[in-house]
Amino acid sequence: MTTRVPDTSEKWGSAVNTVVIGATAEQGGTRTSTITIGGAATLPFLSFEDSIGHRPAIAGEVWDSGADTWPETLKAYGDTMASPGAWAKKAVEFGAQLICLRLAGAHPDSGDRSAEQCAAAVKEVLSAVGVPLIIWGCGVDEKDNDILPAVSAAAKGENCLIGTAREKNYRTLVAVCLADRHKLIAESPLDINIAKQVNILCSDAGFPLKDIVIYPTTSALGYGLEYVYSIQERGRLAGLRGDKLLAQPVICDVGFEAWRVKEAKGPTFDSVTDENRLRWGPMWEAATATVLLQAGAELLIMRHPDAIREVTKALDRFTTTTKA
Amino acid sequence: MYVIGERINGMFENVKRAIQRKDAKVIQDLAKQQLTAGATALDVNVGPAAADAEGAMLWLAEAIRGVTDAPLSIDTAKWDVMCAVVSKIPGAKILNSSKADPEIARQYVALAVEYGAALIGLTIDSGGVPGNAEKRVELGAQFITIAMEGGLAMDKLFIDPIILPVNVAPQNPAHCMQAIAQLRLFADPAPHLLIGLSNVSQRCSNRSLINRAYLAMAMAQGMDGAIMDPLDEELMNTAITADLLNGKIIYCDSYLEAARHV
Repeated sequence: MTTRVPDTSEKWGSAVNTVVIGATAEQGGTRTSTITIGGAATLPFLSFEDSIGHRPAIAGEVWDSGADTWPETLKAYGDTMASPGAWAKKAVEFGAQLICLRLAGAHPDSGDRSAEQCAAAVKEVLSAVGVPLIIWGCGVDEKDNDILPAVSAAAKGENCLIGTAREKNYRTLVAVCLADRHKLIAESPLDINIAKQVNILCSDAGFPLKDIVIYPTTSALGYGLEYVYSIQERGRLAGLRGDKLLAQPVICDVGFEAWRVKEAKGPTFDSVTDENRLRWGPMWEAATATVLLQAGAELLIMRHPDAIREVTKALDRFTTTTKA
Repeated sequence: MYVIGERINGMFENVKRAIQRKDAKVIQDLAKQQLTAGATALDVNVGPAAADAEGAMLWLAEAIRGVTDAPLSIDTAKWDVMCAVVSKIPGAKILNSSKADPEIARQYVALAVEYGAALIGLTIDSGGVPGNAEKRVELGAQFITIAMEGGLAMDKLFIDPIILPVNVAPQNPAHCMQAIAQLRLFADPAPHLLIGLSNVSQRCSNRSLINRAYLAMAMAQGMDGAIMDPLDEELMNTAITADLLNGKIIYCDSYLEAARHV
């Protein structure tokens, strides 16, 4: 006699939006490849339940200037860090499928670089590499509203992903992304209610919900990662249940957050004699990324080549389709 | 909240006239307005005046299908009319409705399964509308069993405990809420639990307020569907807010707008 195990797989009825980043020559851009993210119809990697959508992608983080503040362990990029184009090339060699250009040098406290300088950095990266581009402002509302229009125009037609739109500052970025046909990152401060609200604000301002990627805020392993996980998971559950305002793919700022913590960036602590001390950083970054993939991240911004390699290998395993 | 718009009903003068004059635009406008306002499905009832109930039902359905594929709730108490029209109306359908007497319920369940339709099952039998919650639960449970035996999935079954006007049956709204709370536990997943909301306030003053208050109260007990007026904006706001307070939707400052966002 056999007993049938009941089918306990979940049926959601909705799916994460699909977003394409980058445009090839035929599509009006100059990219040699594009990246498609999203599309999952179930929770991350549960391929026995339904479509797990497109494979999450890894973007290599590049700064327009100011890389001298990066910890020693991250100097695998060597001299290239002096120029965003050369740095981007190196990141692609290390396995990045996109480049995330962070305009850190535009911050009023760390360079206050002009809109023209930022636009030049964007053009430099676009001509140096063929992968799609994510462009991230400096995070200061007034300055972002000054530089992002110029940056967007410099990349017109390239179908970049530009951020970030926030609850109190979204109109300028929405307008320029619409005009220059870019995708948009909508940011919220670890708050699912605000994540939803920013999306509806951008939508009311005319931006299509299907072209938004959300940044619900990231933090590193040991520094609130479980809270980030639960916020991302709640958003994903709502999206899969049909909430169109939470059905957007998620981007995570992994490298930036992981390398802020003392365990990652070291110097060697006096009390720590672990000869692998220098490996802690890449491990911290890879662990943070892997956890966030399980929470539903579609796009990871990363730094250390070893971390990128490990997470790429993990993704190979996660995305191997298994039929129950 | 599964809202079935009630406005395409021959009891309303404008619909009655549209049926008589074959004025499809009136019907199509009502269909679009109700869907825009948040209805998921549209009830279609030719009303008592139509001489040719079958012909009028098919004409209404055809007019509506000219503007939407939304599910149509075919609202007729006549088995022969239901049988005659169900095969001729394209798209998603809800058969509205069947009584709970086993021989009647089995027929409707079979018809629903044959056409992939959903079904509204009333907790009423040859004995009439029950005067208490217990009999409603008994008839509802009986309907659930018949639906399961007949192969009708629970997400396609709506149990309707029959709401009566509060001015003539003051204990009835409480009975219905008790029945809803109990019936939702009879199957996992549970069937939908639905009422014809506007009936609670027939011939009362403050109709809209009574409808609104009762909607929220019944939703708190687990009611997840209603045949109601989606063009009553405050009523729809109440439905959305009750979904919010039941944990069915996620809050944001613009949650009312978000819930209407398609």
